[in-house]
Amino acid sequence: MTRWLSKNLIRIYAGLAIFYILLPIFYTITFSFNDADKRNIVWRGFTLDAWLNPCEPIGICEALGNSFKVGLTATFFATILGTMIAFALGRYNFKGRSTTNLLIFLPMATPEVVLGASLLSMFINMGVGSGLMTVIIAHIMFCISFVVVTVKARVASLDPKLEEAARDLYANEWETFRRVTLPLVAPGIAAAALLSFSLSFDDFIITNFNSGTVNTFPEYVWTASLRGVPPQANVIGTVMFVVALAAVFAGQVLGKRKQKK
Amino acid sequence: MSEPKKVQGDLVLSHVTKSFADFTAVDDLSLTIPQGSFFALLGPSGCGKTTTLRMIAGLEEPTSGKISIGDTDITFTKPYDRPVNTVFQSYALFPHLTIFENVAFGLRRRGIKDVDEAVEKVLGLVELSHLKNRKPGQLSGGQQQRIALARAVVNRPALLLLDEPLGALDLKLRRQMQIELKWIQTEVGITFVHVTHDQEEAMTMADTVAVMNNGKIEQLGSPVDLYENPKTVFVANFLGQSNFIDGVVESTDGSTVIANIHGTRITFPKSRNNASGSALKIGIRPEKFRLHDPGDNTHGNVLNGGKITDISFTGVSTQYLVEMPWKQELVVFEQNDGGAPDLEKGDPVTLSWEPQFTFALDGSSK
Ligand SMILES: Nc1ncnc2c1ncn2[C@@H]1O[C@H](COP(=O)(O)OP(=O)(O)OP(=O)(O)O)[C@@H](O)[C@H]1O
Ligand SMILES: [Mg+2]
Repeated sequence: MTRWLSKNLIRIYAGLAIFYILLPIFYTITFSFNDADKRNIVWRGFTLDAWLNPCEPIGICEALGNSFKVGLTATFFATILGTMIAFALGRYNFKGRSTTNLLIFLPMATPEVVLGASLLSMFINMGVGSGLMTVIIAHIMFCISFVVVTVKARVASLDPKLEEAARDLYANEWETFRRVTLPLVAPGIAAAALLSFSLSFDDFIITNFNSGTVNTFPEYVWTASLRGVPPQANVIGTVMFVVALAAVFAGQVLGKRKQKK
Repeated sequence: MSEPKKVQGDLVLSHVTKSFADFTAVDDLSLTIPQGSFFALLGPSGCGKTTTLRMIAGLEEPTSGKISIGDTDITFTKPYDRPVNTVFQSYALFPHLTIFENVAFGLRRRGIKDVDEAVEKVLGLVELSHLKNRKPGQLSGGQQQRIALARAVVNRPALLLLDEPLGALDLKLRRQMQIELKWIQTEVGITFVHVTHDQEEAMTMADTVAVMNNGKIEQLGSPVDLYENPKTVFVANFLGQSNFIDGVVESTDGSTVIANIHGTRITFPKSRNNASGSALKIGIRPEKFRLHDPGDNTHGNVLNGGKITDISFTGVSTQYLVEMPWKQELVVFEQNDGGAPDLEKGDPVTLSWEPQFTFALDGSSK
């Protein structure tokens, strides 16, 4: 018995851990098929209603659209700006470099509530009305830090000899960047963009402070939870989960195939 | 996309200096490398070999001095505008490109559309055509080394720089690659500048060897010349081993110098005297000594009164340490061509050598 236990303990532990991690997701998926009344809390039977009419609850699809708008715009700008900062920090020695390095970490270390509140008061003082625009500006701000950290790691691991080799082989500065530097840093940039998008899409605290009357998807769910979250929210959650899973899976398959070649 | 001008001729470095902050890596270096030759730059770690190559490649700018090929000044030309290619010590193959694309890289950047033939040809030259669709990560060290060479050679530069390209290979592969490199150089007729700190490699491959130390060229010449007639103690000890005995010039008789070392008179040709004053350091290579029993017939220069203090058998030869009456230990190599040696520790011996194998340096040189 003890031998059996010592042999299988790690499996039991792993099983329990995975169960613990996956339970909420499983719950979300299951209750997207619930034939819910006002509150989607008790199981009342299987239906595809929510899946067939995902936009039925008022404002849910509008909120989702807003989240996409914010996420994509913030990702776009944060990735470009963050990548440029990462190159500057990783490649060039300039006055104030170590200070910049430190300051970049600050938004990650500051509590979101504080950031959100101070951003709001800043916008008010500047006379900027809250809305999608202020949310986007706030998201770009905190995403940049994560992009810089991710891309900088990749830039640092890039052998400068490769760029020298390119220049030695008749590639001018631009060609060197395009043909050697960029392709080699690209995986880091892609990872940074994905991270930015998921951070932005997920964000509730900072968003809630700065969104004024518009709603993003997390805000919609929060508001709805006071009255009862419709199963359509579970549908959207499930779709996001499946899409993310498929992306990770595709990335791994692609990576494996590339290695084999 | 810049086509370098058709530049050719000898590579000339004149008074080139490179300083980093307060450290001078290359110090007033002047040298000429004839077109089409295999030139080796030999020296201990940190003596400035890589820095010299990087300045020739354009990856580093000299602090002062001038670099030219033929009569084109390239001192400040961008690396992509010079007809010079480098085989990096670490190979620096592009990990995201296939072997074929790695080799084609230089051709494509110069706007050459049809690269297939040239690439296939050079891959054939290094015998790796079958690997052209692989990525560099899937090649062995030796194969990567050959691809790095192919990637440079395919551009037919006026000058090919090789920075310790064989450093990472094991001894057997290294010897094989040395022969191949030499063969490829003869085949393509490009000037090769080969950096190494392996003296054997430099001597077997190069037409001309420059020995570098502390950012300066100590001596430059053919391998035989450097070995047989080193001009400094550093060169004498960097290329093989040498014994140095202090001596004084007594007189010069025509083309022969007569010198006195610790009371014994020896002679050597005047052409082998590199000293300016009369105080000498007399150099003799260990393999040039012959060992005799005291009282045997001898020939050439003779030193009596030695005593064997150590014997080590190395296979082809035996190394002896012989203590002389003036308490100096000399190293002697004897070929084991007469079977096992019959000398033992403590045996008294006489040393002799032929006068023409002597080289004399300034008594004050270090
Ligand atoms: N960028 C740099 N900044 C400061 N010092 C440098 C720099 N590059 C090289 N040096 C110094 O210059 C000297 C010569 O360096 P170099 O790389 O040319 O040596 P090397 O002869 O190629 O040695 P090795 O055989 O070890 O490769 C070394 O002492 C090195 O520390
Ligand atoms: Mg070096």
